[in-house]
Order: sequence, then structure tokens, then C-alpha cells
Amino acid sequence: MTAIDLAAVLPGFDDPAYGSQAAFRAALQALSRPGTLVESERAAYSLCLALLDQDTRLWLSPSAQAFGASLRFHTGCLLVRGAAEADFIFAGNAKELPQLESLGLGTDEAPHRSATVILEVEELAAGGSWRLAGPGIPDEARLRVPALGTAFLEQWRANQRRFPRGVDLFVCSGARVCGLPRTTRIEAA
Amino acid sequence: MLQLVGSENPERREWLGVLSRAPLETLARWHAAASPPPWRWLRRPETGLAMVRGRAGGTGEQFNLGEMTLTRCALRLESGESGVAYIQGRSHRKAELAAVADALLQSRESQRVMEMLVVPLREFLKEQATAMQRKAQATRVEFFTLAREAAE
Repeated sequence: MTAIDLAAVLPGFDDPAYGSQAAFRAALQALSRPGTLVESERAAYSLCLALLDQDTRLWLSPSAQAFGASLRFHTGCLLVRGAAEADFIFAGNAKELPQLESLGLGTDEAPHRSATVILEVEELAAGGSWRLAGPGIPDEARLRVPALGTAFLEQWRANQRRFPRGVDLFVCSGARVCGLPRTTRIEAA
Repeated sequence: MLQLVGSENPERREWLGVLSRAPLETLARWHAAASPPPWRWLRRPETGLAMVRGRAGGTGEQFNLGEMTLTRCALRLESGESGVAYIQGRSHRKAELAAVADALLQSRESQRVMEMLVVPLREFLKEQATAMQRKAQATRVEFFTLAREAAE
């Protein structure tokens, strides 16, 4: 077991109870209304703080390694080397996002055991070229994530065909988060 | 169990031990006199339980002696040093002051804090231990049993 260097630890929530409740609320909101942008301070990091605990395994992409010490310290989560064995995936940018089918997809009996992906991108905006449809979206929602291209959309369609298995995705950018659950269909217009 | 970098340093282990047993009044008096720099929380004080384990006679099988109340916190000084505290009991203030002292003991202020706080505390704890031993010693009862006589 590697020791934690306290010098590398970032502060956690100012108020652990309210902070994690707010982050959890943001996650709930984001997943139940896919395509809407939900405000949440330090979105990707606070989602991790709120969702991880001693029983969850986390995989960090190379550019997200800096969060390792903080998340180990605050949540007690386990860091794993292989993305396939992780419950949570934290990718620091879209290039480092592992192939979705290589992640934990759950089983037909326990689809909730699949991996949850938290992805940080530079730009995330409503009203782009992506047309989103599915549960939680009244007509259609428009989204713009320039970092994710057609290769991702192909993977996403495959992810959907596996239903009820499949991964759920949080796309974060600074203080905003957008949820893309496995039920959401994405078409590039 | 989480392990922190620097916790294997024997000197730090020793002063963390001293700070964890320090009375709140001593820490508060030091804090008022030393006026340490500003800091911010890494982890606010939180109280929980820790299982204390022991070995009968120091060599037997490990067993659970019982749980104790423990308060821990972590903070970082403006100058960059981080301090932690794990103290017995539920006093958040005591944990805070002990963590500030720990951080300062790793900084350039180290010598001053050592002299102002840790050395007197060490003395105090030693006296306290001796007083307790003396008290226990006074009520010691010698049992002269056959087994013991045979052994001598």
C-alpha cells in the first residue's frame, strides 16, 4: 500500500454534510434530466468526493493522477491500475477516456454494478450539434461537447445496445456537469 | 488503513504522541502566546471510534481490548506545511490546536514550538505517569503463593 503525501491533498468539502449532499443532488439532477447543464462547484472533483467511499474502486487517467492522493485521503477509495476492474473512472480529458466496452458493464442480473465514468472536458455547452433523446428528455435536448467525436458516438451506440448493461457518463467542465445515462440516445445532427 | 508520508519519521511519531495526550489548556495557552499563521482545513475535525488492540503480556495473540473515542483533523498552513492530529476524546478544539502544532513542527518555526510546547508537555506527561505509578505502587499487594516461592 502506498502512503499518502499530505502535501498533495486538496481540501475536501468546506462542510462535508452539505457539500456532499449538494454534489449528490447535482448528480441526481444531471442523470434524471440528461442533456441539461447542472451547476456544481469543482464538478468532477466534488462528484468523486460525494460518490466514492471505502468500497469503491477508482481508476484515474494519467492527467487525473493529481487527484489520487486527495480522493484516497478524503474518501478512502481504492485506486486500481486497470480501468476494467474499476467502479468509477475519472478521465482528465477525452483522449484518455478508455474504450467504453472495456469497462465494467455489469451483468443482466445486476446492471447497477457497471462502471460510472466521470469525464472532464474543456468545453461543454447546451445547444450544439448533438441531439439527445430518451427517458428524462421531453422532446430533444441539444448538447455540444467538441472533445468527443464520432468514434465516441459509435461507442455510445454500442453501449446502448447492451441495455440493461452499460456505463453511465458524467461530462464535467469546470463548475458544470451534464449526465449521460445509458438510456440516452445521441445523434449528431 | 491509510498511511501518510512522513508518519514513519520517528521524531514526528513522538511529538504526535505527546500532542495527542496534551491537556487542552496547555495547547490553548501555547496557541494564544505563539499566534501561529493562518491555515485552512483539509479535513475538518470529526469524531469516531478506533479499536484498541492488545496482546496479553505483550506476546500473546492479538485481541480487541475495546473501542476508544477519537477525533482527527488535517489542515494546511499558508506557508504550505500540513499538520494532522489524532487525539483521544471529542474535543474538536484540541484536535485543531494539535494539528497546528504538528504543522509548525515541520516548518522553520520547529525549534521554537519544540521549546515552548513539546518539551514542557513531555515533562508534564512524564510527571503524570510517575505520579500514577507511585499511586499504584502504594497500593501494591504481594501475594506469596506456593507457585511463586517455588519459582524464586
